[in-house]
Amino acid sequence: MSVLIDRFDVFAGGFWLTLQICVLAALGALILGAVVAVLRISPVPPLRAVGTGYVNVFRNMPLTVVMFFAAFGLPALGSNADFLRIPGLDVVFSRLGTDLPYFRFALIALVLYTAAFVCEALRSGVNAVPPGQAEAARSLGLTFGQNLRYVVLPQSWKASIVPLGSVIIAMIKNSALVGFFGVVGDLSQTADQLTSAEGYAFVPVAIGISIGYLIMTVPLGAFLDRIEKRQAVAR
Amino acid sequence: MRITRVAALAAAATLALGMTACGGDDAGEGTGAGSKSFAAGTTMERLNKAQSIKIGTKFDQPGFGQKGLSGKPEGFDVEVAKIIVKELGIPEDKIEWVEAPSKVREDVIVNGTVDFVAATYTINDKRKERIAFAGPYYEAGQNIMVKKDDTAITGPDSFKDGTKKVCSVTGSTPAEEIKKYVKDVATQLVLFDTYDKCRDALKGGQVDAVTTDNVILLGYIAKDEASFKLAGDNFTKEPYGIGVKKEDTDFRTFINDTLEKAFADGSWKKAWDDTAGKFGAELGDAPTVNRY
Amino acid sequence: MSEQSVLYDVPGPRQRRVTLIGSVVATVLLVVGAYFLIYRPLDGKGQFSMELWGPLIDPSDESFPLVWERIGIGFKNTLMAAALAIVSSLVVGTLLAVLRVQLKSLARRRFTGFATPLSYLLRGLSALLSAVTRVCVEVFRGLPVVITIFFVARGFPEFGVTFDTLWYLVIGLTIYNSVVIAEILRSGMEGLPGGQAEAASAIGLSPLQTTRMILLPQAFRIMLPALISQLVVVLKDTSLGFIISYEETLTIAEQIIGSLDNPIQTYFVIGVMFIVINYSLSKLAQYVQRRLARGRRSAAPRTGAGDAQLGTEAVAGTTT
Repeated sequence: MSVLIDRFDVFAGGFWLTLQICVLAALGALILGAVVAVLRISPVPPLRAVGTGYVNVFRNMPLTVVMFFAAFGLPALGSNADFLRIPGLDVVFSRLGTDLPYFRFALIALVLYTAAFVCEALRSGVNAVPPGQAEAARSLGLTFGQNLRYVVLPQSWKASIVPLGSVIIAMIKNSALVGFFGVVGDLSQTADQLTSAEGYAFVPVAIGISIGYLIMTVPLGAFLDRIEKRQAVAR
Repeated sequence: MRITRVAALAAAATLALGMTACGGDDAGEGTGAGSKSFAAGTTMERLNKAQSIKIGTKFDQPGFGQKGLSGKPEGFDVEVAKIIVKELGIPEDKIEWVEAPSKVREDVIVNGTVDFVAATYTINDKRKERIAFAGPYYEAGQNIMVKKDDTAITGPDSFKDGTKKVCSVTGSTPAEEIKKYVKDVATQLVLFDTYDKCRDALKGGQVDAVTTDNVILLGYIAKDEASFKLAGDNFTKEPYGIGVKKEDTDFRTFINDTLEKAFADGSWKKAWDDTAGKFGAELGDAPTVNRY
Repeated sequence: MSEQSVLYDVPGPRQRRVTLIGSVVATVLLVVGAYFLIYRPLDGKGQFSMELWGPLIDPSDESFPLVWERIGIGFKNTLMAAALAIVSSLVVGTLLAVLRVQLKSLARRRFTGFATPLSYLLRGLSALLSAVTRVCVEVFRGLPVVITIFFVARGFPEFGVTFDTLWYLVIGLTIYNSVVIAEILRSGMEGLPGGQAEAASAIGLSPLQTTRMILLPQAFRIMLPALISQLVVVLKDTSLGFIISYEETLTIAEQIIGSLDNPIQTYFVIGVMFIVINYSLSKLAQYVQRRLARGRRSAAPRTGAGDAQLGTEAVAGTTT
């Protein structure tokens, strides 16, 4: 058990790095997912096709493949994802601004993959709004944009929270893959490092790593359960 | 009724086939590898009786152990393992190859998943706490591979100023070794699960160097001489050994004897020339087997 | 697709013209962008050369049969692991769901027929068991599958239990997915109208009989699409076998790349394979959903069924 105390800095470092990538990826996925969702329900057929295609591709590919393309496909396109070296942001998220691009690559992969699920969660929320609402809005002469902005989205937001939360929890868990694609020192890679390279006993390390992930996922899950129950009562 | 008769026929045929196969084995053993007999209770006797063996090796290491398109591993480690297997009186096609990446090598030996490991396996004291080594059968050394036109990196000390980025494999000895030289792990070190990915990262310019044992790097350089070169001399000594169970001294002695025999009769050199030797790495003199 | 017509009016002639022109312009821009941002850099690096693609797509290439034989082996292993994992997850998940529902109802029972201390003991015990299963579910639901698989492969041998890597992968996937399936089924059972269970107990069925004969079959039926979506998740997750050197499709792909040095091409082909198969599976889920919805249209309004579909899809589909 002493490894938990002796190498607490390693666990904490891994936790912090995983948290960083999760916060950034969640932000990115929410934004991109919202864009894709709007595409999917837009009146313009080609945009709808793009949205649908995006969701079908990224939802059906293993994340491992997406990660691979981010880490090795982007360099082949001649990009080191330098556009993500956003000044200011990299003060807090130090890995964003390093010369090594793998943190940014992993981030892109997580965002692209998760956005497809975010889109579906948002769409399920929009579908939950009674059709009469949108019809009434239309009969008042509201355009598609106005309809979404003033009538549908404010109501769908509530129904989307729970599925969105599940998507984010899944994303946190998916982030465990980044350690296999060149990001050194995240929580899952810490497990590998401590047991394989440094020879610590397996069980205490496993407990430490599990606690790290559960700290992030369980409270979020409990929070969602509460919202779900409240909504069920309200309905 | 008919079905049962067909089934009976089939069963008889299978039986007959099985028996001829067994007979074939016995004959092969008698003439080819010499009639082997080992002291009762030893690992050698058990394996010889079972006529099958499980060997851990790498599947992704050009020149040493790489699983090619044929689905069979090829390389120097594989050939050395085959020499040992032959000495055990087991036919080559009865070997079951198990992938043993760097980080699980001790585990598969301790758990008994494999009977021995030949997988660019550096002999060191920390590992000797859990397992035992026969050999060495080759002495490599850690080196650094850079792009052909790179003159800035001349050795491991080039990483001390904190700007150059280097790639290696998770859980490997070279990765731990290079950490001693790297100033900031977060900004300078990348770890993947295979060296292929490191090589691609070097080619793409995401990292400035790949570090591991010289022979592995030489394999990549041989494939793409226009792009890569070694950055200097070896800065460690990596004697490769055969990993066996810690308490199994008899088996270790047997492997040591076999290796010495192979050094002497040229089969060791032939194994090298057929595999890693093609990459232009030097074999050198036969190492002295360490019977600790 | 009913929601689209709800959100905007059917476009008139002018709107249609604008849309058409916009679409053409957008398509042209996309193609030009793809040419300069994707085709040119890749072509410049020689990524389109037949040397790299040939072994994958050209049947006359000497490596072609070998490559596809290897991919076939990998694919067979992927399917095997996925099939074993889904079957065992279903079995374990169902048992877990029943256990949790039973324990929950036990914990609420007052055990009036027993002596007072005994009844307190029984209540305490069932509450404790209920809490333990709850904690297990929360823990395994909250851990990444990567970590679960890694823990299984490292942990079991630690206690002297060793299997083939296939079984580590199957156990790792089962631990995680059975918990998810248990939750799907449990919410299915709890979502049923209360009258079902009440009627069952009124005709004298025991709680276990009620679950087995009344609740579970209905929960399965309602949750079938979610369960099929979970199959997609399992299929994708078997690709994590590379962590423990199980020779599934991606591990084999890595080996092929080791020989042919064509990572982007190989991954492209494998990616397309996964998309096609998983897309067909999710279409199947939708088809089943529609069949079910048609069967109970009299009971539930159509939009409601649509909701449920998207809801379960989103929840189940994201768990990977």
